[in-house]
Amino acid sequence: MDIKKERIMILAAGLVIGVIAVVLVLAGNPANMGFCIACFIRDTAGGLGLHRAEAVQYIRPEIIGIVLGAMALSLGRKEFSVRGGSSVMTRFILGFFVMVGCLMFLGCPFRMILRIGGGDGNALLGLAGFVCGILCGVLFLSKGYSLKRTYRQPLSEGLVFPAVQAAFLVLLVMAPAFLFFTAADGGPGGKHAPMLLSLAAGLIVGGLAQYTRLCMVGGIRDLVLFREPKLIIGFAAILAAAFLGNLVTGNFHPGFAGQAVAHTDGLWNFLGMLLVGYGCALLGGCPLRQLVMAGEGNTDSAVTALGLLTGSAFCHNFGLASSGAGPTENGKIAVVIGIVVVTVIALMNTRKENK
Amino acid sequence: MIDARGRSCPEPVIMIREAMKTKEEAYEMLVDSRVCVENVTRYASHEGYHVTVTERQDDFLLNIKK
Repeated sequence: MDIKKERIMILAAGLVIGVIAVVLVLAGNPANMGFCIACFIRDTAGGLGLHRAEAVQYIRPEIIGIVLGAMALSLGRKEFSVRGGSSVMTRFILGFFVMVGCLMFLGCPFRMILRIGGGDGNALLGLAGFVCGILCGVLFLSKGYSLKRTYRQPLSEGLVFPAVQAAFLVLLVMAPAFLFFTAADGGPGGKHAPMLLSLAAGLIVGGLAQYTRLCMVGGIRDLVLFREPKLIIGFAAILAAAFLGNLVTGNFHPGFAGQAVAHTDGLWNFLGMLLVGYGCALLGGCPLRQLVMAGEGNTDSAVTALGLLTGSAFCHNFGLASSGAGPTENGKIAVVIGIVVVTVIALMNTRKENK
Repeated sequence: MIDARGRSCPEPVIMIREAMKTKEEAYEMLVDSRVCVENVTRYASHEGYHVTVTERQDDFLLNIKK
């Protein structure tokens, strides 16, 4: 694909994804949460009973759709390739702490863009932290940071994570009594678009993200490292579409106070997203990209997604996650520990022989 | 020959960037995913190189020339 066509494609994909996000909110998702990979993985953890925060329990079809959509398109494009084995436990831990950062801020990088597009000024502080975190990661990448190479693995290994997602879909449809679903008026988990619409939206976004390699972290990283703007075009397109979409539908509310599923503690919005940007830069992609790569057969990304899932359960079991009222003391400690752990991981994996 | 098989992006691009500091006329690089082919090709083009891709079983051989 030539460079110009590539840029037009990711611009178009970003616009479509931004519009889909706005539509999902109109159809029932929480405000500025057409998509949020972190929130939706957290809701899924709650739906499965891995945490018992009653306000955020629902198996989100968007996550299932993203993985299966990316898988379908990668199979069609002959890009489904099963590989893994690159510092697997380290990736799990990075995924865990990326989730800690996301739930301090209340959103993944994808939702951060949607929040900015909805007028949420707190998300601008998140963006500032996110950029700083990515710069920390880029510093180590430039000095030879590497999680070492992946290896080819048998087909069956690559099918496990998509199969688990398919099983989640079956659980969602069957809705057995042992699952936990937030009541319609019980909190963000109770707000969701109709199942089939959410699933379709996930499939489309998963497919588009697979085709374009869309990544919220990659955009800023590539611009800094290589002056390469392709991925940031996607980032900007989502922002533009979300902004215009919210404006048209009356969901644009500029300001800091009273934003939906957000708090106004600027320092911790900044530090939460710093941890996210830092961890994701070391992982090689944002949570959305991890789901897409897991759908393409990358088992390291699948383990990263499990790290995100586990992290979300911990956050709600031990009071680390923020709420509209603000961050918790436990959450602040966890974010600081996260930044330290991520730095130790960066130092341990940056050696001259990696160059 | 730069062996970037199994390396996830952006590592292969950083590897070719480091290698290009010596400003040689040609480089050979092995990668094993289409994303890496795209990313390395894009970077090399920006640097004024032309890239030809040869598919070899599970890998891609990139010939990068001025």
